[in-house]
Amino acid sequence: MVEGMGEGARAVPLSGHVGFDSMPDQLVNKSVNHGFCFNILCVGETGLGKSTLMDTLFNTKFEGEPTQHNQPGVTLKSNTYELQESNVRLKLTVVNTVGFGDQINKEDSYKSIVEFIDAQFEAYLQEELKIKRTLHSYHDTRIHACLYFIAPTGHSLKSLDLVTMKKLDSKVNIIPIIAKSDAISKSELAKFKIKITSELVSNGVQIYQFPTDDESVAEINSTMNSHLPFAVVGSTEEVKIGNKMVKARQYPWGTVQVENETHCDFVKLREMLIRVNMEDLREQTHTRHYELYRRCKLEEMGFKDTDPDSKPFSLQETYEAKRNEFMGELQKKEEEMRQMFVQRVKEKEAELKEAEKELHEKFDRLKKLHQDEKKKLEEKKKTLDDEVNTFKQKKTAAELLQNQAQQAGGSTTLKRDKERKNNPWLCTE
Amino acid sequence: MSEATKPQPQAKGEKTPISDTSYVGIDAILEQMRRKAMKQGFEFNVMVVGQSGLGKSTLMNTLFKSKVSRKSVQPNVEERIPKTVEIKSVSHDVEEKGVRMKLTVIDTPGFGDQINNENCWQPIMKFINDQYESYLQEEININRKKRIPDSRVHCCIYFIPPTGHCLRPLDVEFMRHLSKVVNIVPVIAKADTLTLEERDSFKKTIREELRANGIDVYPQKEFDEDAEDRMINDKIREMTPFAVVGSDQEYQVNGKRILGRKTKWGTIEVENIAHCEFAYLRDLLIRTHMQNIKDITCSIHYETYRVRRLNESNILFTSNPPDHPTVQPKANGQPEEQPATPQPNGVAAQHEALSHEM
Repeated sequence: MVEGMGEGARAVPLSGHVGFDSMPDQLVNKSVNHGFCFNILCVGETGLGKSTLMDTLFNTKFEGEPTQHNQPGVTLKSNTYELQESNVRLKLTVVNTVGFGDQINKEDSYKSIVEFIDAQFEAYLQEELKIKRTLHSYHDTRIHACLYFIAPTGHSLKSLDLVTMKKLDSKVNIIPIIAKSDAISKSELAKFKIKITSELVSNGVQIYQFPTDDESVAEINSTMNSHLPFAVVGSTEEVKIGNKMVKARQYPWGTVQVENETHCDFVKLREMLIRVNMEDLREQTHTRHYELYRRCKLEEMGFKDTDPDSKPFSLQETYEAKRNEFMGELQKKEEEMRQMFVQRVKEKEAELKEAEKELHEKFDRLKKLHQDEKKKLEEKKKTLDDEVNTFKQKKTAAELLQNQAQQAGGSTTLKRDKERKNNPWLCTE
Repeated sequence: MSEATKPQPQAKGEKTPISDTSYVGIDAILEQMRRKAMKQGFEFNVMVVGQSGLGKSTLMNTLFKSKVSRKSVQPNVEERIPKTVEIKSVSHDVEEKGVRMKLTVIDTPGFGDQINNENCWQPIMKFINDQYESYLQEEININRKKRIPDSRVHCCIYFIPPTGHCLRPLDVEFMRHLSKVVNIVPVIAKADTLTLEERDSFKKTIREELRANGIDVYPQKEFDEDAEDRMINDKIREMTPFAVVGSDQEYQVNGKRILGRKTKWGTIEVENIAHCEFAYLRDLLIRTHMQNIKDITCSIHYETYRVRRLNESNILFTSNPPDHPTVQPKANGQPEEQPATPQPNGVAAQHEALSHEM
């Protein structure tokens, strides 16, 4: 009876009614005022009736239209609904895997699911680690139950199923169900269930076991454990059977009644998932799966619980050590970057200097060229000037001669004419 | 990615069902919670503070109808008054109608008994903070226990001597300091020495003084959750502090055996609300508000302590200003060059988050 409570406490008998037997009521009332939340993840290939089953389970039409299956990978679509029954308010989140199993290469199909689950854990962890936190009003999005839809092939589990379930079993409570089980006959179903269970066991997949430690539910839970995986049929349409309207699927050869336990295990699923073990699912998620995630995450970040002596400061010391390490790394990186920067500056400077030098050289060359040209031109000019001068001199000399000749007489005119003819310079007179 | 939508038929079970199967069974979770609570049991830690001789131990025994006080546990009941305030805590496992509770009564002998009582609340304050500290340490462990043992003081009953005048400076000082870290429920001890009129005027004076000194006793006004809560709590606040009489002796009155104190002029019935307010105290503490008291300790007092503690350790270990990651890009003026590879940056970001949050 004593469950790890009261180490060193003595049991005292009460001599009258004290009144703390109302504590469970007080606790329940508080939770009722607060509301509950429950998050279900439905994993399964397209067309296995995931949305319909959710509608059937919670007796309501959740989505308006079927999901668009046009994304390349596996995406997770989550919707939150507020349900109320008598005085219980439930915030139900249903997450669907869209496109699971549609790809040609399904190796990475499970990854987005695992990432999603981890993201919810991470969000909770972040909230828990905050300094100013509001845990009691935090909307818990961690997945409490994962319904894994197995295609009703009648043979065995697909390798995709095994791989995915193996990846998920340490992160979430897996409840495997056989979808659209009205496609399998009773005898095939029995064989199918046995095959599935043995495959799960031989591959070491840990599915959720309904708890058997509480006497009031131990019996029903252990019976149900032997019925796993549940073969379900979902339907939101109602058919008149006798004088009642029941949820059923109508075929030409008969009607499959959803809530008829001889037809399918829907009632068992609802019983286990909602009416008996919802709280346990939530608790397992928090105390087992979340703690595992938290432990791994913190260890990954380098935090450790050291020996009991230094325990009070272990987190701070580790933190301090990590921080110093981190600062050291930062500084080193800063140094490196600075070095690199300096180097690049130098290089660029050198380049620029080089370019400058070239430009100078070019400039010098051009200048020299220019000067040479100038010189040449000057020389040429000089030569021309000289020639002009010579011509001028000759011209004045010739004019002088001409004047002299005119004064001397005209006999020499002919001569002079001849001379003039011969002397091209005089012809220009 | 997720939006809260109301499904088309919202309130189920309210419309007359066409089919029998409109019941989903969500409300079965209440029963599941109850089962879990019964299995796990509860913990409650109450501290009694007051001068010696005010009937603290007797009141505890009366409240829990069994010998839970320190005096009943110690074999040799030596009535010496200790030189300093001691903290003595005794735990008991009690069970009622299948509900198990670990009740811890923390006694503070020596409080207010010295000539010089300066700072006599400090050991008590330290004790309360130590409990918060040990809970915090458990909480930040990597490998955590499934259920962290809760030794935090949920409620502190402060015994006011029935002088009939006003609060003494010691009372005011104590309550002023402690009301910030723990839920204080003040009671007028040995109230059978006050007439009803004296009692009422005494209470009024006390309430005035508490208000004047800004002392918030349980139930604190700021933690009322909704109108209904406020209404209930206002009624309680009008009766604070409760004038109580304790007794573990049974007498025959009107053919019934009841707890009381027999005097020459009559028998004071402890659980008779015409005689004293013990029943109100018991109802408040145990039958109606126990969970609420624990919740306030958990989500408010403990969180306040945690915030302070984490901020302290932050200041202690922070040598650089908190915006050190932004120094990185500033030192590097080049437009390209963010050399931090995703791995260190990821750790850096989380560490940054952790450094801000731890």
